[in-house]
Amino acid sequence: MMTSEKITFYIDEIECTATQGQSILEAADENGVYIPRLCHQPDLLPGGSCRVCTVSANGRNQAACTTPVANDMIIENGSEEILDLRRAVIEMLFIEGNHYCPMCERSGNCELQAIAYRLKILAPRFPFMFPSRKLDATHPGIFIDGNRCIQCGRCVRAAQQIDKKPILGFIGRGGAVRIKASSTEGLKGVDISPDDACVKACPVGAIIVKDTAYRKPIGERMFDKQPIGSEIEARRTS
Amino acid sequence: MSEFVTRIREKSLKKVVIDPVTRVEGHGKVTIIIDEEGRVERTRLHIVEFRGFERFIQGRPYWEAPVVVQRLCGICPVSHHLAAAKAMDVVVGVGPDGGLSATAEKMRRLMHYGQMLQSHALHFYHLCSPDLLFGFESDVSKRNVLAVAAEYPEIAKQGILLRRYGQEIIRATAGKRIHGTGAIPGGINRHLSKEERDGFLTDIDQMIEWAGAAVELVKKVHSQNPDFFDSFGSFPSNHLSLVRKDGALDFYHGNIRAVDADGLKIYDQVDYKDYLDYIGEEVRNWSYMKFPFIRKLGKKNGWYRVGPLARLNTCDFVPSPLAQKQFEIFRAYTGGKPNNCTLHYHWARMIEMLHSAEVIKELLSDDDLSSGELIRRGQRVGEGVGLIEAPRGTLFHHYRVNGDDQIEMCNLIVSTTNNNDPMNKAVHRVAQDCLTGKEITDGLLNNVEVAIRAYDPCLSCATHALGQMPLEVKLTDREGNVISARRKGSRA
Ligand code: FES
Repeated sequence: MMTSEKITFYIDEIECTATQGQSILEAADENGVYIPRLCHQPDLLPGGSCRVCTVSANGRNQAACTTPVANDMIIENGSEEILDLRRAVIEMLFIEGNHYCPMCERSGNCELQAIAYRLKILAPRFPFMFPSRKLDATHPGIFIDGNRCIQCGRCVRAAQQIDKKPILGFIGRGGAVRIKASSTEGLKGVDISPDDACVKACPVGAIIVKDTAYRKPIGERMFDKQPIGSEIEARRTS
Repeated sequence: MSEFVTRIREKSLKKVVIDPVTRVEGHGKVTIIIDEEGRVERTRLHIVEFRGFERFIQGRPYWEAPVVVQRLCGICPVSHHLAAAKAMDVVVGVGPDGGLSATAEKMRRLMHYGQMLQSHALHFYHLCSPDLLFGFESDVSKRNVLAVAAEYPEIAKQGILLRRYGQEIIRATAGKRIHGTGAIPGGINRHLSKEERDGFLTDIDQMIEWAGAAVELVKKVHSQNPDFFDSFGSFPSNHLSLVRKDGALDFYHGNIRAVDADGLKIYDQVDYKDYLDYIGEEVRNWSYMKFPFIRKLGKKNGWYRVGPLARLNTCDFVPSPLAQKQFEIFRAYTGGKPNNCTLHYHWARMIEMLHSAEVIKELLSDDDLSSGELIRRGQRVGEGVGLIEAPRGTLFHHYRVNGDDQIEMCNLIVSTTNNNDPMNKAVHRVAQDCLTGKEITDGLLNNVEVAIRAYDPCLSCATHALGQMPLEVKLTDREGNVISARRKGSRA
């Protein structure tokens, strides 16, 4: 197979081009079409776990970050059905953790919050679960707040793939799965620093560099000026 | 509460329940117990406790406190924001006296005086002016800010614009009009832009003029019925607040001073970090809210007032010219002694509003606001206390932080708690004066509320201000059977 062969596909009736072998999400990005995503990070292998990037590809719901784009593929990204499905997924993430945006230091810089705003979610349709989650504050420079973790696994993959040190991992199964530092002492027992990719990978307020909170004034935070995905969409008009 | 119920049964008392007290922040409930002749036996004001926050914050990283704790209040969140920030300044080794950069201290002061302006304006114009302008026993339909707007459009307009000005100051310093993030441990996260500053400077003289007019308005209302105004819910008390080192009124920082009803100093220039040695907190079994007292005087006599009235009774002078003039008139009215009239809270409040506007003007012309160092760090310690003069009175924040940066202990004494005893006293006094029959009228009930509102503003949300909040009144017999139940504003 020729991997560099150009193919044509359609997202919401917009004609797009891609390179054979790209995922739908990568191809959409290049064409300036934003597909919401949480567990995907361009410099990491796809995780395919959050399902926020779900699109309808040739009539089947697929995760855009793990599904290769194909010639003549017809993709629905903005249909009401798809949007509602994504909203449901985001709402579930909200209710199964303890996400208090108004007081969270990541507010305004949080991808989960930004996607919720972009999808115009006002209140979740599911009842809040108010789980009891733990904090790991043992490290002098970094802490993990399980309340805000969405188990996207970006930190775990970044530690392995970029930092090349398996200091973070998952424990538990199903709904009880959690990220954890790979030491019985918690974060204190692992070699982690604020500059590590695994720290920067967190899309929410679960992995935080200590004593940096609220330094960016309201109005200058990442998503204060324009909604998440705007930088991708800007590629389309330019 | 159980002791309370037994008492009712034993002594064949009747219970009048006003719940919720409309236009008072937090859920309030007034119980007036009357005997068979309809005489007021005792009164009690129940207000929801704030302890929930003190638990909630445990285990959280210390830098979250200023943002989390401000959610206690929708009217003066800035006070909590700043009191927590002051406590956390201490934790990060940047003590309150000269530890902060000039920029940080002045930005915070601007934020705080902006909040004083907006909160005092809200308290006076939106929530209390209907009572003052139309009378305490006036028709319920009139006792809201819309009625004021209809009959006194100019006054209502000034109130709304004064409040908005204060809110805009808060937005420019904290990022949002309510629940911002400006103050962080050891400093502030922004400068004031020159454009913003110039915008504020354009309007500040107008604000000062209107605030001055508000003081005159209170004096005018007072002059129409001075005896009533002076005696309504009044009683002698101790007064407590922070004062600057030179004895000046200062809302942002100072040391504790307490004076008695005659003006004799009980405490002076007490460093607030030692507040526990000077202030005790008593728990009574019928209320969730604690009763603070001055240790030197003991539980029985140590209660005190806080807030505008108390501040003008404790300070030696007001450090701005127009407000100082008004302060002198205020002081002269009671012959230089402390003023113990509950309704004079409004007078004091408007003098403070004028002072706030004058201070804002002074701060705005300071270049430190638009440039300079924002955050400082010193030697980290495990404990911090922060006090501030909130619009309604002295606010105490006290935290202990463990080696992992998590909050282990939080103790708050909020203004309302400080005024717990005085509010109970005021309600009792009013109930005694007004509720002498078995018939409970709307007007009489409102008098009870007016007394509370002199201390504490009314509840935040517009529904309350518009008078739609149902007021339930219950009259029960000795077995607790309801003799009659009424909703405020209707004859159900
Ligand atoms: S971004 Fe595709 S599954 Fe998470």
